[in-house]
Amino acid sequence: MTAVSKLLRRSEAAVLAILIVVMIVIGVINPAFWQADNLFNLLRANVVIGIMALSVLTVMISGGIDVSFPAFAVAAMYLTVIAMNAAGYQGVVLPFIGATLIGLVCGLANAFFIHTFRMIPLIVTLGSASVVRGLLLGLVGTSIINIDRMPPSLIAFGSSTVDIGGSKLSLMIFIYIGIALLMWLFLTRTMAGRAVFAYGDDAESAKRVGFNTRRTVYLVYGLAGALAGFAGLLHSSMIWLANPRDFVGYELDVIAAVVLGGASIFGGRGSVFGTILGVFMLTLIKNSLIIMRIDNTWQGVVVGCVIVIATALTAWRDRKALV
Amino acid sequence: MNKLTDLRRFINRDNNIVQLLIITAVIFLLMSALEPHKFLRYYNFESISFIFPELGIVAIAMMLAMLTGGIDLSVIGIANLAGILAGVYFTRLYPAAPDAGMTAELLRVAAGVILALGVGLIAGTLNGLLIAKVKITPILATLGTGQIFTGFCMVLTGGPAIVGFPAWWGFIGNGKILGIAVPLILFLAVAVAIAIMLTRTPFGLNLFLIGTNPRAAIFAGLRTDRMVLYSYMLSGTLAALAGIVLSGRTNAAKSDYGTSYLLQAVLISVLGGTNPAGGKGTVLGVSIAVIALMLLASGFQMMRFSNHLIDFIWGGFLLLVMVINVLRNRGK
Repeated sequence: MTAVSKLLRRSEAAVLAILIVVMIVIGVINPAFWQADNLFNLLRANVVIGIMALSVLTVMISGGIDVSFPAFAVAAMYLTVIAMNAAGYQGVVLPFIGATLIGLVCGLANAFFIHTFRMIPLIVTLGSASVVRGLLLGLVGTSIINIDRMPPSLIAFGSSTVDIGGSKLSLMIFIYIGIALLMWLFLTRTMAGRAVFAYGDDAESAKRVGFNTRRTVYLVYGLAGALAGFAGLLHSSMIWLANPRDFVGYELDVIAAVVLGGASIFGGRGSVFGTILGVFMLTLIKNSLIIMRIDNTWQGVVVGCVIVIATALTAWRDRKALV
Repeated sequence: MNKLTDLRRFINRDNNIVQLLIITAVIFLLMSALEPHKFLRYYNFESISFIFPELGIVAIAMMLAMLTGGIDLSVIGIANLAGILAGVYFTRLYPAAPDAGMTAELLRVAAGVILALGVGLIAGTLNGLLIAKVKITPILATLGTGQIFTGFCMVLTGGPAIVGFPAWWGFIGNGKILGIAVPLILFLAVAVAIAIMLTRTPFGLNLFLIGTNPRAAIFAGLRTDRMVLYSYMLSGTLAALAGIVLSGRTNAAKSDYGTSYLLQAVLISVLGGTNPAGGKGTVLGVSIAVIALMLLASGFQMMRFSNHLIDFIWGGFLLLVMVINVLRNRGK
C-alpha cells in the first residue's frame, strides 16, 4: 500500500499517466496515430531535443539554468561541418568528437564565469549565447550548407535505420538511449553525480560536507556544453543540412520538457527517466497537432499552456507554508 | 550617526551612476574619435532618439520584475501581441471610413491605444497571478506565458507582418512635437512616472523591501502577493506601450519582431545597476545604460560592423559589466 502510494506520488508516475491518456485521446481522434511509421517518426523527433534535455537536466539539478546550449550546439555543428568540407574529410567518429569538444570548451567558459565570479547562471548563459551566436554569424558565415555540400558520411550516418515490420526506425534512437543510460549511471551511481544533487540542494552544505564545488560546477556546465555540441552535429546529420541560424527558441522547448519531467528549477531534484518522459510528452504534443487536425499556428499557444500547467502542478507539489 | 549612514548610502548609490556615466562618456569619446564625421552629426542623435525609447521602456519593465527578484521573459511576446491586436483592430475590425474626419481618426487611434494597453494589462495580470498566487517561479511562468503570447501572435497573423496602421498611429512612433521625437517624450514620461512611483510611494518601497528579503517582508505584514501582482501588471502594460511605439515606428507588427530585445532588456537592466536577485535598481541607471548601449551600437554600425558582431558585443559587454560589478563589490 505505502509502496503504491509512494510510486503514485512520484512525478514520473503522474507524467506517465498523463502521457498515456494523451496518447489514447490522440489515437481516438485519429487512429492513424498508432501506425508504426508515425510512432517511429515521433521517436526520431525525440533524439536531438532529448540529448539537449539531458544536458539541461544536469544543470537544473545543480540549481542553475542554461539558455546557451542552442548557441553552443549550432556553433559546434557549423564549425565541424565547415572544417570537414575544408579538409575534405569523410568520417563520423572524429567530427563528433570535435563537435563535442567545441561544446565542452564553451560550457567550461560558462562554468568559469559562474564559479569564479559567482554570477547568476541565467545572466551568464544569456551573455555567452549572444557572444557565440554573434561570433559565428558575424565571423564564420551566415549561409546554409545544403545537402549538396553536406559531407556524405554524415548524411549516411544520420539516415541509418533498422527495419522493423516494414517500417524504418532511425538508429539514432539507440544513441539517445545510450546517452540516457550513461547519464542515469552518472547521476545516480557515481560520487560526482551525487555531488551535483548535493550542490543543487544546498551549495553551502555540500561544500561543508566535503564535496568539491568547483569541480562540480565545471563538470555540470562542461558536460552540458559537450552534450549540446554532440546533439548539434547529430541534428545536422539527421536533417542533411547545417544552418547557422538553427536552434532558435530551442531553449524554451527543452527547459519546458525538463520541467515537465519533474525536475525542480531550484535544484536538487530531477531524474533521467522523468526527463525522457517530459521530452516525449512535448514532442508528442507538438507533432500531433496536425494529426489532431489542429492548425499548426496554434503550436506556440499549446506548448505555452503545457508549460504553464506543468509548472503550476510542480509549484503545487513543492508548495511550502508562508514563503 | 543616522545622517552619516544616509550620506554613505547616497554615495554608494551614486557610485553606480558615476560608473555608468564614465562608461557612457568613454563610449561617446571613442566613437567620436573613430568616426567623427558620421557619429557627431545631429541626424545620428535624432535617429537614436527615435529608436532607443522602445528598448528603454522594455528595460524599465524588466527592471520592475527584477526588483522583487523575478524576471519577465514575456515582455517581447506582450509587446508584439499588443501591436498585432491593434493591427487586427485597425485593418479588420474597424477599418478607416473613407470620409472620416480628423476627430474620428484620432478617436479610432485612441481606441487602438487603449486596446493595446489593455492587452498588456491583462497579460501582465496573468503573469502576476501565476507568480504571486499559483507560486510558479517567475522565470518559468513568464517563459510559458511568453510562448502563449507569441503563439497567439502567430495564430492572429499566420506568420506574415500586419501592415496598414493609421497615420496617427505612426505619429506615436515617428512624429515630432516641437522638434522632439514623440517616442522620446513617451519614454521620458514613463521614466519620470516610474521613478517617482519607486522612490516616493509606499508601493515602490514595498517592492524594494520584498526584493531585499521576501520572508521578512511577509513577517513585517506587507501584502507581498498583491504587490508582486501589481508589479507584473505594470510591467505588462509598459511592454504593451513599447509594442505600440515599435509598431508605430515601423508601421507593421509581426510575431517575431524585437526578439533580440529580450536579451538587451536584461542586459540594460543589469548594466543599469539592477540586482537580478531583487531589491536594487533605479530608473536613472537603466536610462543611462540604454543610452550608453545605443551609442555603442550606432557607432559600431557606422564602422560597418555586421549586426551579428553587435550581438557579440552586447553579450560580451553584459559579461564584462557583471565581472566589473563583482570585482568592485569584492573590494569593499
